[in-house]
Amino acid sequence: MKTPLLKLDGVEKAFGGKRVLRGVSLDVARGQSLVVIGGSGSGKSVMLKNALGLMTPDQGKIFFDGEDVTNATGRARETMRARIGMLFQSGALFDSLTVWENTAFRLINSEGMSRRDAKERAIETLKKVRLGADVAGLYPAEISGGMQKRVALARAITSEPDLIFFDEPTTGLDPITADAINDLILEMVRGLGAAAVTITHDMASARKIADEIAMLFEGKIIWRGPAADVMNSGNAYVDQFVSGRADGPIQPAI
Amino acid sequence: MTNPLQIIGRVTLGLFAEIGRLSVFAGRVATAAVTPRWYMGEIVRQMVRIGFYSLPVVGLSAVFIGAALALNIYEGGSRYGAEQFVPNIVVLGISRELGAVITGLMLAGRVSAGIAAEIGAMRVTEQIDALETLSASPDRYLYAPRFLAAVATLPLLVVAANIIGVMGGWLVSVYGLGFDSTVYLRNTVDFVTRDDILVGLIKAVLFGGIIAVMGCYQGDRSQAGATGVGRAATLSMVGAAVLVLAFNYVLSTLFVEIGL
Repeated sequence: MKTPLLKLDGVEKAFGGKRVLRGVSLDVARGQSLVVIGGSGSGKSVMLKNALGLMTPDQGKIFFDGEDVTNATGRARETMRARIGMLFQSGALFDSLTVWENTAFRLINSEGMSRRDAKERAIETLKKVRLGADVAGLYPAEISGGMQKRVALARAITSEPDLIFFDEPTTGLDPITADAINDLILEMVRGLGAAAVTITHDMASARKIADEIAMLFEGKIIWRGPAADVMNSGNAYVDQFVSGRADGPIQPAI
Repeated sequence: MTNPLQIIGRVTLGLFAEIGRLSVFAGRVATAAVTPRWYMGEIVRQMVRIGFYSLPVVGLSAVFIGAALALNIYEGGSRYGAEQFVPNIVVLGISRELGAVITGLMLAGRVSAGIAAEIGAMRVTEQIDALETLSASPDRYLYAPRFLAAVATLPLLVVAANIIGVMGGWLVSVYGLGFDSTVYLRNTVDFVTRDDILVGLIKAVLFGGIIAVMGCYQGDRSQAGATGVGRAATLSMVGAAVLVLAFNYVLSTLFVEIGL
């Protein structure tokens, strides 16, 4: 069996007395698109932050390409990060930098590429997310939310990562823009041959971009299967979630 | 939990924990500032923002302080027939104390709170997380440039404050109190020593560090939302101002002890 690209093994994380992750185990193969669904407050974002090394788990281990990166620092962490792209929920574009400087940020600031070459690469990448060279010189505040998402996507893929994390990529977008983002994600992931881990509660998006879907509930993965099976999983929790009913085993978070 | 001893204990422990966290953070930023790699573009940008754009506020504060100082020294001095010492005491007070303190306090507001609000907004919109995922350490890319810029430009601002402050005193003395301009300036220049200037500059370097570190620290741990960012700005301004005054006293004592 091949080593998974990313593997979480019994990851636990608590804040104060609140146990958010209670032993999450998950693996992602090369080129695979995994979507993790789950309600608000189920720990999806915390799981992602642990996988990225923005947080350190209290218990459990995280492996990237077979290497234990749970407590990686310095060079080991950098090596891993250079192979990972991340699309933040809010985009998290640097608002003091222009669109192309955002897109080329890693090239200029971490890989030491000259600004001229980096700008060329940035404009190429922006073209892939259907943004013209005319927006390259604008600041994030000067473009629409959907365009910001595209720029953030471009920034995540500029250095052609092996693994891309998407944190609620379609949240806050109208259905048409959301679908366009889904198409772009598929295109980027397939085009680069990268693996993708997406967290979302948008089922339309999940079904469209996933090879496999996993459901996170109360800090654990309670179901995982091919995307096609999610509508008839036979799991009461998954059924309730995908059909969007307030009554069922999951208590609404209000 | 209403036992007074428990309350005292909790507050004391909280205070020490806070001092510890701030010290660790300051150490991290200082280490990042003196080891490669340096983002030169960011350092220059921050020097312009922190140093150059603070000139008006520092200059205005200094001219009024210098003027008020001259007036009061004249008034107090006249009780002993010692009015002629106005230029000497004005230049001494400004170069050893007020130039640096006024600059430090004004920048605790303008710069420290500004940094805290900016970094805080970046923290809550995940821009700091984004920096890390793009392999740029926030310590090096955000905090060290602000620290270096503040430490480098504060002494220059203090020099400006000293000159403008003395000018404030000179204006009032010459146009309000009947001093002779040439005599006033000659007394000023003859009286002030290199050590007096040096004292202000050493303070300025320390104040620059305090102002930048406090702003970055409060911004970095900012809580979500407009309230969180606002709170970070307030805390950094208050914290930086109090630390500037406290360290000013400590340094003044030290300099008097060693005869500087």
